[in-house]
Amino acid sequence: MSFWQDPIGFLGEIIRNFLFNLLPEAWATFIFTLLSVVIVASFGLIIVIFLIWVERKIAARFQDRLGPNRAGPYGLLQTFADIVKLITKEDVVPEKADKLTFNIAPILSVVAVLLIWAVVPFAPGWIGTDLNVGVLYIAAVGSFGILSILMAGWSSNNKYALLGAFRAVAQLISYEVPMLITLMVPVLLARSMGMMEMVQDQDVWFIVLAPVSGLIFMVSSIAEVGRTPFDLLEAESEIVAGYHTEYTGMKFGLFFAGEFLHAFTVGVLFAIFFLGGWRGPGAEEYRLLGMVYLMLKGFLGYFIVMWVRSTLPRIRIDHMLALNWKFLTPVSLSLLVLTAILDKIYGETALRIPALLAGNAVVLLLGYLIMRAVSRRQTKERPTFKKRPVAKPA
Amino acid sequence: MTAEQGVFIFTSFLTLFSGYMTVTRTNLVHSALFLVVALFGVAVIFVLLDAGFLAVVQVLVYIGAIAILMIFAVMLTRGNVTDEQESVSPFFGWALLLAALFAFALIVMLGQWQDVAAQAPALSAERNTVAELGAALVSPEAYVIPFEVASVLLLAALIGALVVARPQKKKR
Amino acid sequence: MQNTWLFIGIFIAVAAVFPLLPIVLAAFVAPRKPNPIKLDTYECGIETVGDTWVQFKVQYYIYALVFLVFDIEAAFLFPWAVAFDALPLFAVLEGVLFILILVGGLLYAWRKGALEWS
Repeated sequence: MSFWQDPIGFLGEIIRNFLFNLLPEAWATFIFTLLSVVIVASFGLIIVIFLIWVERKIAARFQDRLGPNRAGPYGLLQTFADIVKLITKEDVVPEKADKLTFNIAPILSVVAVLLIWAVVPFAPGWIGTDLNVGVLYIAAVGSFGILSILMAGWSSNNKYALLGAFRAVAQLISYEVPMLITLMVPVLLARSMGMMEMVQDQDVWFIVLAPVSGLIFMVSSIAEVGRTPFDLLEAESEIVAGYHTEYTGMKFGLFFAGEFLHAFTVGVLFAIFFLGGWRGPGAEEYRLLGMVYLMLKGFLGYFIVMWVRSTLPRIRIDHMLALNWKFLTPVSLSLLVLTAILDKIYGETALRIPALLAGNAVVLLLGYLIMRAVSRRQTKERPTFKKRPVAKPA
Repeated sequence: MTAEQGVFIFTSFLTLFSGYMTVTRTNLVHSALFLVVALFGVAVIFVLLDAGFLAVVQVLVYIGAIAILMIFAVMLTRGNVTDEQESVSPFFGWALLLAALFAFALIVMLGQWQDVAAQAPALSAERNTVAELGAALVSPEAYVIPFEVASVLLLAALIGALVVARPQKKKR
Repeated sequence: MQNTWLFIGIFIAVAAVFPLLPIVLAAFVAPRKPNPIKLDTYECGIETVGDTWVQFKVQYYIYALVFLVFDIEAAFLFPWAVAFDALPLFAVLEGVLFILILVGGLLYAWRKGALEWS
């Protein structure tokens, strides 16, 4: 393979030969793995810096203003300025806080998001590690993030932080259920949990085969990240700043950066599971193109997340949880059942796409009709006010 | 000693240490967090045994759901999560003696087994163990009955827990 | 096995170190001027009253419980989904039965009002 076709593979071969000639095998493996880890982890972190700028600019444009444009050309250095500012802020640890837990929580939060990048397939052959249980690994790693929120809320020794942490965790674990169930649909369609195989099996993008599942995955992932319209966790007017009330300086910065990285990771995951990942014209030959495609699709997913954020108002927590348990979970379960049965019957035939699309359309239609009937009944049952005389000027 | 053995010994010590800390800490939330470390240690041991799927399910279910359930229970039901004094059973000495006897018996029995130091045969890389597990779970010759019974068991657990924990219904 | 999971193991270590770097840097660079008011717990600018605890709301526990049941269900269903090719339609229907039993549980919880945030 030439350099242009597969830069990482080419360089990887050179480094690998060098290392294996130099050191005994165990050490060579260790150092080679360490190098690849550092590359993948740095990629994740460097992209956060760019992401924060993108987010602020696009959110600003949605709000008909310019966004940061003073620090550097077009405000590109704004994130660096923010990082410097956060590092120089005093790190106030409340007196009665539980020191060890307090300090570990932000680190665990960032680690949980970074770990997802270990299994993201950037291009054919470019993947941190192709676990055969990649999809479930992603769901499992999310649970560390949930744990970090509980740790943050409790160790702050602050009623509001604790309350915020509980509500955050209640939201996160509730929305993990439809996320797990809709994750099962691409696994079913690709017949594998491995991330590379997931992309390789997408001759037809899964969004065509399972559009409603993709939509539900997007919605529950946005809720998992904690973005508007589900950002009750950080709503300042509600519970101060929620579970990270007592965090100052860089630790707060870590929570902040972790959330942005998580939002982008959600976009990339949506691209991998439903938009075909690195697939595109010429991706198998010129691997760099595959990575470009993935990043473009990931940014599309991220743009959708930002778009939703700028458009919709915040949902109240009881509405949010009702939406999850009474709408998203039953719909995703019925989609899973329908996709399983239809794919078994029509999977190998040419009727696969129309059959699955029809199944999705049926579920969507049924869901809409049921929601309409329920909302009509609720409107009738709503208490109406008695007519009162209109105030007249004396 | 290979690197794998080194990792195993380190993880075992970590797990045992965390287990010990779980039961001896007076602060219940600390106990719960040490439990999380112990569960993570078990997941690492699953990985060492070539059972990647089980390791991931361990983290997902045990740490992601059960540990969080326990932490909720601890944080919600106690105003003060610290026990006033260390609660050590008065029969500590007898328990220690019994545990030592069991350990001794186990070591003697394992020593008598010839294959104790044998390596498990390595799974060939082409076998898709997760697919085999899935096929076994629903095949009538294998584990389909336990599979369906498991779902009924989960249903029973859900209903039982809801009956016990049900919020009092307010009359509208 | 080893190489794939070794990557994850090293990744955890490296991913834990990366966030530590700015914190350590901040420990050198940032000012440190503690005073009792700054170190006190934040409660919208007033003094805290009473212990730090949260009113027991069984709802949190119930959500965690229902989540646990569906989590285990997902753990059972993922291998079923992966083995999809080798399964006859009957086996697929067995999986569907598994799902339907738990949908029954969800419906029970729904009707009994366990899913309300009251």
